[in-house]
Amino acid sequence: MEDSLFSIAVNGIFVQNFLLVQFLGLCSFVGVSKETKSAAGMSAAVLFVMIIASIASFLIYTYLLLPMGLTFLTTISFIIVIAFLVQLVEFIIRKFSPPLYRSLGIFLPLITTNCAILGVVILNTRLEYGFVQSVFYGISAGLGYTMVMLLMAAIREKSNAIKVPEAVEGLPHAFFITTLLSMAFVSYFQVIPT
Amino acid sequence: MADMTIAGEFFRGIVKDNPVFALVLGLCPTLAVTTSVENAIGMAGATLFVLVGSNVMVSALRKQIPPITRIPMFIIIICTFVTIIDMAMEAYTPPLYEALGIFIPLIVVNCIIIGRAEAYANRNTIKFSVVDALGIGAGFFVALVAIGAIRELLGTGEIVLFGLKLISIPIEPATFMILPGGAFMTIGVLMAMVNYNKIRKARKGA
Repeated sequence: MEDSLFSIAVNGIFVQNFLLVQFLGLCSFVGVSKETKSAAGMSAAVLFVMIIASIASFLIYTYLLLPMGLTFLTTISFIIVIAFLVQLVEFIIRKFSPPLYRSLGIFLPLITTNCAILGVVILNTRLEYGFVQSVFYGISAGLGYTMVMLLMAAIREKSNAIKVPEAVEGLPHAFFITTLLSMAFVSYFQVIPT
Repeated sequence: MADMTIAGEFFRGIVKDNPVFALVLGLCPTLAVTTSVENAIGMAGATLFVLVGSNVMVSALRKQIPPITRIPMFIIIICTFVTIIDMAMEAYTPPLYEALGIFIPLIVVNCIIIGRAEAYANRNTIKFSVVDALGIGAGFFVALVAIGAIRELLGTGEIVLFGLKLISIPIEPATFMILPGGAFMTIGVLMAMVNYNKIRKARKGA
């Protein structure tokens, strides 16, 4: 409730990193982290939708669901809002910036079923964050996601040159790299004061 | 599709189309809740309920749902069952609900469920959709319990199931296995084993 903005940011980016510590958004993580370009596109789309979804879900939860006693509809309304927002963002980008649409376009439909987005908005309501805190948490979670995606994509691109046993190629290899990354996040970033 | 048998469809979900090891879907809950066998069973049970419910509904309504709006319809159907299990678990199994936390509402975006609705229930009769849901659910159950058992056994040195101690081994508990890193390593090793088996079989056949 009384978390400072600094602690929310550190938590979102490092200590409670969505991908490596909380296991949210892993499908997209193993799916599009093969090359830096698509990883960057996916991360930008996620960051963008996360911020808008945090704002929209806060308003809906506080001014619609809570006063009317409809909190049992939380999940269903959030997922509909996210699906709607993703469509809207897709239309707007296609209209105003075709180059951006060409690079982000294929990732946008995937975002509706990305658990990181729904995870952020549900965590916001569970932690009872206020408006500024919710938005801040959305931004930090998105930044943490972006950072890990780019790290992972860079490592995977370079590790193509490594010869591994046939059975380990592909996904198992990606998971082993993730193990090391995750250990770094869990062990080192816990010393940051929150 | 005259050659579909109920048993065949059921076991296909466990072995050939195992949602975790073969289709690589639903990774988030698979890794997040498998710190103990008990949590793994709870999660797999909740997913199975939603899977059966949504497959039955989608299959029953498949002639009424217009193709162009099918995805939002599927999501709303799935979300209904998720809300049911969410509230039921909060009321009847509070400790399990606490342990699984955010991952119960997140069943909505589990790719396994929407994948089965789209790829199977939307095209098949109710009877086979139920069997498919049970098979895929069982496959998910097997994968989750396997990962959960490995992590709990190595991480705490024993497996405790609903207050009963099933097995304990005299080792120094490796806390690493309970941490997120352990989850990634376990699934990496298991997947490598599955791949190895596949490659060996393919070589034998060739």
